[in-house]
Amino acid sequence: MKIFVCVKQVPDTETKIKLKADASGIDTAGVKWVMNPYDEYAVEEAVKARETGKATSVTVFSVGPKSRIVETLRTALAMGADEAVAIDAPEDLDSGLTAKALAAAMKGEGEFGAVFTGKLAIDDNLSAVSQMLAENLQIPHTTVVSKLEIGDSMVAEREIEGGTKEIVQLSKPALIGANKGLNMPRYPSLPGIMKAKKKVIKELTLDGLGLASAQAAFKHTAFQLPAEKPPVKMLEGDAAAQSKTLATLLRQEAKVL
Amino acid sequence: MSKVLIFAEIADGKVKKGAFELLTAARSASLSTQVLALGTGSKAALQTLSGWSITEAFAGDNSAFNNYNPEVFAETVASAIKDSGADIVLASSSLLARDLFPRVAAKLGSAAVSDCTDLTLAGGLKVRRPMYSGKCSAEVTFLANGPKIVLMRANQLPVGEPAGAGAVTVKDLPAPTATGLRTLIKDIVKGASGKLDLTEANIIVSGGRGLKEAANFKLVEDLAATCGATVGASRAIVDAGWVSHSIQVGQTGKTVAPSLYIAIGISGAIQHLAGMSGSKVIVAINKDANAPIFQKASYGVVGDLFEVVPALTQEFKTLFQ
Ligand SMILES: Cc1cc2nc3c(=O)[nH]c(=O)nc-3n(C[C@H](O)[C@H](O)[C@H](O)COP(=O)(O)OP(=O)(O)OC[C@H]3O[C@@H](n4cnc5c(N)ncnc54)[C@H](O)[C@@H]3O)c2cc1C
Ligand SMILES: Cc1cc2nc3c(=O)[nH]c(=O)nc-3n(C[C@H](O)[C@H](O)[C@H](O)COP(=O)(O)OP(=O)(O)OC[C@H]3O[C@@H](n4cnc5c(N)ncnc54)[C@H](O)[C@@H]3O)c2cc1C
Repeated sequence: MKIFVCVKQVPDTETKIKLKADASGIDTAGVKWVMNPYDEYAVEEAVKARETGKATSVTVFSVGPKSRIVETLRTALAMGADEAVAIDAPEDLDSGLTAKALAAAMKGEGEFGAVFTGKLAIDDNLSAVSQMLAENLQIPHTTVVSKLEIGDSMVAEREIEGGTKEIVQLSKPALIGANKGLNMPRYPSLPGIMKAKKKVIKELTLDGLGLASAQAAFKHTAFQLPAEKPPVKMLEGDAAAQSKTLATLLRQEAKVL
Repeated sequence: MSKVLIFAEIADGKVKKGAFELLTAARSASLSTQVLALGTGSKAALQTLSGWSITEAFAGDNSAFNNYNPEVFAETVASAIKDSGADIVLASSSLLARDLFPRVAAKLGSAAVSDCTDLTLAGGLKVRRPMYSGKCSAEVTFLANGPKIVLMRANQLPVGEPAGAGAVTVKDLPAPTATGLRTLIKDIVKGASGKLDLTEANIIVSGGRGLKEAANFKLVEDLAATCGATVGASRAIVDAGWVSHSIQVGQTGKTVAPSLYIAIGISGAIQHLAGMSGSKVIVAINKDANAPIFQKASYGVVGDLFEVVPALTQEFKTLFQ
């Protein structure tokens, strides 16, 4: 079976965020881009499945400005993915349109047994694309997966509230949203990087996918930087004195105890 | 006039706190409010909601809803939303809701926005949510005609008291048809803790590498026990295998929003801050006065955690006696 993997290019967490002058978004000049950390788990799991004979090939898909996202697609190829598809789109597509674009592109790539994504993208933290994509493809899904077995069906372990785990069985094709713990993503090897450079990345457009006139369901607007926090109150004295003051402050000043 | 539908989660036969935050918000805006709950006991739980100005309540009081199955839930919830005529759907941004509502939104051709921290209902819907690991926030402008689905982070809104009496009539939602299901919940392995999940907890005590070794995590647990807190951890000690990943706070762990977050022996790396900087009051205990965590903290204790934490545990014990 073929595995399709979604990879999103996101600003590195260490990146300082500056807003555009009109507060319509972030200023992307000077942003360092990386593969969404959860998508690394998705790519690793797919490549591992191919290496162990559970999958025949791995195709990675990304939606975003073409000139930029090819970098993340090449990273996935260098990790061992076989093929890559770049869907050229503005960077402020909403989750619904992103999922529609991914679904349309996947339908053009033939039969598949599984779709792997990350459980969420760390830039806007929505955790929406995976489930919407599953709905668009009319396949079952489960997210926050930290263990996966691929056989005739797929058995996924997902962590839910309070450390409780759910074991979910899905008939194929199915979509899995990867969580930390699923595996240890590999670093791209030098031969991998050299090979990835030579691979042709397929390019699609929203127009070509019939989505040029599709409407977004929401937009992020009026961006703001967080309000300044009042400066920290440093406590004085030895351990006993600091503890006493702290307990009093938490109860009487902060009123959280 | 907006019509609101609140998705209420039920635990141990009771409506969870998050739903009361939403009920309070809807009631203060005097909106027509409907409530929906799923699972055994949901009908009785909804019947206790008198005093919350509910116009209609729906319960899928059926064991088929006891475990979350995305296929079953999405089908039922999407059709209930359609039938309700609600144009705003509110739920707590729990793991279940975050998984469920985008799929529901895709069915309805609308949007679901998770992890919101600000909600205004009076005079039109206004929602804000943090982005880029809390480094900025944005308002959400809904563009589609379908219902606007808003998932609120826990502990962001005040909880009021029920006002007035009156029975709540709860209508039954049909049991799902189990044919053709492609998702099967094979097993539920219960976690050890009876404590609130980190994402819902009001007080969190977290430990990091400053604890030196796994056995010392007990210091964190002891302090937490004195104040009913849930324990958390930095990734450093999760990766070291001292504690389970289910309690990791941060970018690749959980995003938390308690009233009080106590960070013990945690340096305050950006990826850790990403998960906890939304906490109302932050206490940092660290021997290094220059640790980045102090820049985010409300109260700072510079000292050896092996002296400070036992002393603080004693203080809390006295306080809560
Ligand atoms: C630099 C930047 C600026 C932005 N500015 C704005 C703005 O001004 N206004 C605004 O409204 N929004 C803005 N956005 C938001 C963003 O483009 C969309 O909201 C987002 O693509 C929807 O995905 P998600 O975050 O819901 O993904 P999630 O649902 O959190 O992601 C889950 C998984 O889906 C897959 N996935 C998600 N997106 C993609 C993708 N594009 N390609 C391939 N796989 C994907 C990945 O596997 C991911 O792990 C900006 C984003 C970036 C990166
Ligand atoms: C992609 C990515 C994702 C990540 N996601 C996360 C995440 O989700 N969550 C997370 O936490 N991290 C995450 N990290 C890791 C993060 O960068 C840090 O490495 C980690 O948070 C450090 O943990 P720590 O603060 O416990 O340890 P350290 O940074 O080693 O800090 C230990 C602190 O303890 C103090 N200390 C030592 N001894 C004592 C004593 N006796 N008394 C008092 N204080 C003492 C020290 O002064 C120091 O400040 C991520 C990293 C990457 C690259």
